[in-house]
Amino acid sequence: MRTVLQAAIIGLSAGSVYALMASGLTLVFGIMRVVNVAQGALVILGAYLSYSLFSRFHLDPFLAILLVAPMLFALGVGLQLAFVRRLRRDEQELSLLVMFAVAVGIEGVLTLVYKTTYRSINPGYANRVLELAGFKVPLVRVLAFALSVVVLSVLWVVLQRTRFGRALRATVQNPTAARLLGVEAERVAALGFGLGASTGAAAGAVYGIVFPFNPGSHYDLISRLLSIVVLGGLGSLGGSVVAALLMGVAEAVVAATLSPVWSSFAFFAVLLGVLLVRPQGMFGSVQRGGL
Amino acid sequence: MRRLRWPGVTRAAVAFGGLAALPLVVGEHWILSLAIFTLMYAALGSAWNLLGGYAGYISLGHVAFFGIGAYALGIALSHVASPGVWLPFLLLPTIGLGTAAVTLPIAWVALRTRATTFAIVTLTLLFVVQTLAFNLPGLTGGSQGLAMPVPPFPLGSFERPFYLAMLALLAVAMLISWYVLGSRVGLELLAVREDEERARGLGVRTTTVKLAAFAASVAITAMCGGVWAYYIAFIYPQFAIDPLISIGTVLMVFLGGRGTLWGPPLGAAVLIPAQQYLAYRFGQNDLYLVGYAAVFLLVVLFLPRGILPSVAERARRWRAPPGEVSQESTTTRPRPREVV
Repeated sequence: MRTVLQAAIIGLSAGSVYALMASGLTLVFGIMRVVNVAQGALVILGAYLSYSLFSRFHLDPFLAILLVAPMLFALGVGLQLAFVRRLRRDEQELSLLVMFAVAVGIEGVLTLVYKTTYRSINPGYANRVLELAGFKVPLVRVLAFALSVVVLSVLWVVLQRTRFGRALRATVQNPTAARLLGVEAERVAALGFGLGASTGAAAGAVYGIVFPFNPGSHYDLISRLLSIVVLGGLGSLGGSVVAALLMGVAEAVVAATLSPVWSSFAFFAVLLGVLLVRPQGMFGSVQRGGL
Repeated sequence: MRRLRWPGVTRAAVAFGGLAALPLVVGEHWILSLAIFTLMYAALGSAWNLLGGYAGYISLGHVAFFGIGAYALGIALSHVASPGVWLPFLLLPTIGLGTAAVTLPIAWVALRTRATTFAIVTLTLLFVVQTLAFNLPGLTGGSQGLAMPVPPFPLGSFERPFYLAMLALLAVAMLISWYVLGSRVGLELLAVREDEERARGLGVRTTTVKLAAFAASVAITAMCGGVWAYYIAFIYPQFAIDPLISIGTVLMVFLGGRGTLWGPPLGAAVLIPAQQYLAYRFGQNDLYLVGYAAVFLLVVLFLPRGILPSVAERARRWRAPPGEVSQESTTTRPRPREVV
């Protein structure tokens, strides 16, 4: 029982980072019906950028987020303008392929620059462990959890309380009506894509401290992220957060009780089980036709 | 049964007759090896097209079934003391049908979801199968890989049996595609692609036809995996179940023309030699991935409908006087008519 609880705490922290990554994915899907399968690659790119800033300039990876986030934001806006905008609304399946190509492209560039050896970011506190109510929790995991809560809250405030957030939500609900009411849907879409990509900066920095990574790691990430967003219901931000926490805990508990090699399997078992009962995911709405 | 028409029959006879004669004329091993992979992707593409092209259900995880076929053949052969010359090929139909039967319940769950979700579910399926291949070393050899029996073919014509096997699989895949296009099942699949709810409302057996297309597609894919494994001789999880095989297949179908009969083989014939050339010129790992991504983006952005439909439309426009271009030539969906 103790091992299970211990694992659940670790899993909650991993789940919160997944939630961070998945929120970007959900945001982009909500606005443009584009499944950004390059999100995993963006996270790995974020991890490499903080790795470089750390090893070259000894910049703390958590501080590096402030630098990396704008870079990924710009990249996200650029990707939207260059590739996604060109697709028509009836060609949404194509966006999946386009983003996959972008992911492979990012992987290729990272391979060229960093080669395929595994790297990890090792700040001085990487191995420090905290005692919380008798449970041993690595400091980094606590920081990761705190960071995820902060970033997700900021995201929530931006979406709920700002003019841009209202425009964005209006575009999600009804693009045509939003446009009629004077929302510049094209600009909102580009900025929203950038916002989704920039969540990869925070997630990448944390991911790089907790796990070793190489350019191919994005396959591992994207399979998990996609399971999470499908489980939560495509386009539901709250759903993806709940699903991410659930998956994180399931994975960690399986790793602790059974074997780490089966942990990713837990993900897919949960996914297939839920889809059997609810094809639209836990919090998704039934979509007609196109979805 | 669909009526045969002379142009179509001639086209098929010339193409397949020429391809069957190729190994008798050409002896270079590298050309035949390239041809084997081209035929393999052509067959994989035609199989994928049954579900992704006609029914509109884009699967990104078909390589999972490819891997299952490869491992099924390897495991089956590891239980036979002396497999003989032809046993591996004779086992293929069983492996194809078996894989289809085993994956049918999963397909039933997956096909309840729609376009985007379906693509994602199939993609996760790919990782499930890869994880299984890694984690069941007793069965698959895990990351150590699984050795196939050494094929007892003479060195001079070593590639020939594999070449003919892949050609046969391509023929089967295209025959099924051709039959489906002109049959009631084909019309039902196209109806599912256009509007599944309306189709069901009109009495189309949506679940049945989707499952049938899935099963046929999976069976051929698994058989390709079997031939590939026997040819490669040693299989590892990361190569037998490589996401790039899935994506490559999808790319070739999009390049050639989704939902057409000759599109997938055409796409494979253009892309595989180009890909091998790029890999040969720029090295396997470094620039290769970037080049691949660039080609992919160019195809999807500038030829979203594929070569065949674009060329067909050009030809129609050229023949018809200006202003008389029919409505359907401007639709984005490929039509089922333009074949055989």
